[in-house]
Amino acid sequence: MTTTSAETVVRRPARARAAAAGAAVRRKQGLQHGGWFVAPFLLLFALFVIWPLLRGVWLSFTDANISGDGARFVGLANYREALDDPLMWDALGHSAFFTLLVVPCIAVLAFLLAMLAHHIERGTWLWRLCFFLPFLLPSTVAGNLWQWLFNPGNGMVNHVFGLDTPWLTDKSYAMLAVVICTLWWTVGFSFLLYLAALQGIPAHLYEAARLDGANAWHRMVHITLPMLRNITGLVIALQILASLQVFDQAVVMMDFTTGPEDSTRTFVQYTLEQGFTSYRVGYASAISIIFFVLIAAVALGRMWLLRNREEGGR
Amino acid sequence: MTTTTVTGTRRRSWSAGQIVLTALGAAVSAVLLAPLLWALFTSLKSETESVEVPTHWLPEKWTGQAWSGIFETGNIIDWFVNSLVVSVCVTAVVLLVSSLAGYGFARTEFRGKGLLMGIVMAGLMISPAVLGVPLFTTVQQMGMVDTYWGMILPQCAPAAMVYILYKFFQGVPRELEEAAFIDGAGRWRVFFTIILPLSRPSLAAVGIFTFISSWNNFLWPYMVTNNPDLMTMPNGIATVMNSYGIQWSQLMAGGLLAGLPLIVVFVFFQRQIVAGVAHTGLAGQ
Repeated sequence: MTTTSAETVVRRPARARAAAAGAAVRRKQGLQHGGWFVAPFLLLFALFVIWPLLRGVWLSFTDANISGDGARFVGLANYREALDDPLMWDALGHSAFFTLLVVPCIAVLAFLLAMLAHHIERGTWLWRLCFFLPFLLPSTVAGNLWQWLFNPGNGMVNHVFGLDTPWLTDKSYAMLAVVICTLWWTVGFSFLLYLAALQGIPAHLYEAARLDGANAWHRMVHITLPMLRNITGLVIALQILASLQVFDQAVVMMDFTTGPEDSTRTFVQYTLEQGFTSYRVGYASAISIIFFVLIAAVALGRMWLLRNREEGGR
Repeated sequence: MTTTTVTGTRRRSWSAGQIVLTALGAAVSAVLLAPLLWALFTSLKSETESVEVPTHWLPEKWTGQAWSGIFETGNIIDWFVNSLVVSVCVTAVVLLVSSLAGYGFARTEFRGKGLLMGIVMAGLMISPAVLGVPLFTTVQQMGMVDTYWGMILPQCAPAAMVYILYKFFQGVPRELEEAAFIDGAGRWRVFFTIILPLSRPSLAAVGIFTFISSWNNFLWPYMVTNNPDLMTMPNGIATVMNSYGIQWSQLMAGGLLAGLPLIVVFVFFQRQIVAGVAHTGLAGQ
């Protein structure tokens, strides 16, 4: 073993050896200056992500207003107020309720759509386009469109289904209307993730199963579903994070109000009201930080689950 | 000749299962596309016809009034240009900085790399929706409220895109780089002449998704602009067109116009988008 490598080194022309040594030096230099590659991104990241985060933490301990002058340190007063603020809890409840409805529906619908598009042999691009199309609209356009579809009096939804439901003006339906709009608008994104995952399942698995006499149901339960476990985790995590941050379509559908009896006031909307309508930047920052901790908990929870699963799989 | 046609038709024969699935696909597509068709038909009605009760699908009198109306009154052309400027700039900057950073994290060494990578990953959880108010006061302090810079720059630090490209660069065989180093190429040349061309599918996916999310971004431009001349499409349509009594035909026309560029992009780049999603496992499963 050692002799062979020694022989190769000896046989190798001196010039090549020198070049290799030079390359090694250069490589080392390159490695040392690797920081320059990440510098432009880190600059933007520091200015527009890290600094606002630190600033938010600082502001949350003050009574700052929108002009930013004369902020006084008030300690934990903002946090104490937030925990006793029924409107904050309501807003959080609305966002959580929305998330609970949207996430499972999206996962199931996206999976079914992907199975459908994957198994139709003809015109794959056409199905992909049709199922993905709504996602290409801006959220506000989706909101306006469904506001129009749910319009009392001449809304198409009530017209088609022969209903007389006060979708946008009754608090028991308002959030449901926002959920329906969101499902229609975003299912295409998760559909695309599922479709890519389905296409990535090696065909030989199915062939082997077929040879073993597995029927379509068995192949689905024992191959397709287990192979889609990772992508399902991803779809659910991305959807939870996005849904908790719901804002655009809800405010647009409700004409920039908080909906009937405030039933669609989302958490994001509440922070913006506090910051830009009541000019209470300190308080708005405090509830933003609470929200950030919540979001981080969800993301860390997913990472923890993933790690556990990997360890369990070994 | 005859035989090929025969095999051709045989391959194309419709099994019962395929007919059922295709019918199902068509039904689902009809449900998903119906709201868009409704928007289109509404935009081709006159304002009075669009709010008539009982409502009806097709216009009785087809008219382009709403479409010409949005161009004649208001500043929809400004909004369109603004959207284009903002999305193109954001996409260009994001592609450049996140591919450099993804490569830096994947293939170079420098002090504090692990820590920085951890901080960037934490950035995945931060968005203008979460930290809108402090982000706004930061941008306000920089004097960038109601400017293009204020709209563009805060959208240019997406940790997710760095992560996708980082994952991709990790998978590029090291031998390719080594060979180039031996030929005397430096880090930067290797990056621009070998790595970047290899990563075209991933870059396409990142670029297209950045463009889509920037074109459709409502919340941040909504927070940072008050001047109607500076608004982007989603923003202008949602705020200005909604503000003095909604004119539904015009609103639908404006909405469709806002969606059109992305639909065109998707139709042309569909294959790259889908390949990119598969390729990068989007955000790494």
